Amino acid sequence: MSSVEAEDVMSVAATWAAAGEQVAIATVTETWGSSPRPAGSQMAVTKSGRMAGSVSGGCIEGAVADAAMKTIDTGAPQLLDFGITNERAWEVGLACGGKLKVFVEKVS
Amino acid sequence: MTPLILKAIQEAKAAGRAVVLATNLSDGTQMLLPAPDAPGSLAHQARLALEADESRTVRLGETDWFLHVHNPKLRLIVVGAVHIAQALVPFAAATGFAVTVVDPRRSFATDERFPDVTVSTEWPDEAMDALKPDLRTAVVTLTHDPKLDDPALDRALKSEAFYIGALGSRKTHAARLKRLRELGHDEAALARIRGPVGLNIEAVTAPEIGLSIIAEIVAARRGSPLGQKQAEKQAA
Repeated sequence: MSSVEAEDVMSVAATWAAAGEQVAIATVTETWGSSPRPAGSQMAVTKSGRMAGSVSGGCIEGAVADAAMKTIDTGAPQLLDFGITNERAWEVGLACGGKLKVFVEKVS
Repeated sequence: MTPLILKAIQEAKAAGRAVVLATNLSDGTQMLLPAPDAPGSLAHQARLALEADESRTVRLGETDWFLHVHNPKLRLIVVGAVHIAQALVPFAAATGFAVTVVDPRRSFATDERFPDVTVSTEWPDEAMDALKPDLRTAVVTLTHDPKLDDPALDRALKSEAFYIGALGSRKTHAARLKRLRELGHDEAALARIRGPVGLNIEAVTAPEIGLSIIAEIVAARRGSPLGQKQAEKQAA
């Protein structure tokens, strides 16, 4: 699925960046099992705490937002792994039982 | 992601061009495809992802690349700027369609009745010739008036539109098929038209009918059994 069919997170990110916000974009790059959002689903996060879009059914958005803050600060992209075999998934509670990878990058 | 790439994607979308953003998942470097200097294997994978309309991760050599497909918006052409069209438009916009409403009757096709939507007051055949429905286009006729619906359906049947729906009772639809047959459309072509239009949810009000139509369009697009035509369901 292309992002334009869901919600246009990239244009929101572009608007925020143009307004001087520090922005990171998180993108689902791979899914296994019953992940609710397909590859290409996106979420944008700003340093000031704004959020748009989603990368799961609400299970991991908090953890992704934390990682996005780090990427905004360091400028370094991250590839996050969430899944039932991952301890982090227990922490964040991936209730759907799916497994997914999320790429987080700064707009800069 | 650089603001430049972000901007290029926005521009491609606005211009109706399909692009793929390739991201090297090890170091975050990116390339917007198609591009003349792209490595052949990456360009090939990007083309496959575009054709499938599916974003995915591919491994080339030792590197994982995420290919993010950015297709132009799906389109919905609504013929008839009627009350049901007003109800259908917000559902279509929310599900990602760029909507064009066609109606030569200027008292119906006003910007006040259809804010934030492209409105065409050309005759449906001329409007359809200009809009050129393709594989990513759905067409719905809602006027109940053969003078307006028939030319639109005629053009839709000559196109690759992935969904063609026509509002009207079974009786109206039978008469419509007879007229279209006289225009030279064969049974296979006529079987593409969904009439009565929309999923059967016993819709009564205009918003309910709008919901049933958009639900059927989504079902057709996503290959749901609900999106199969009635005749196919009976045959199955």
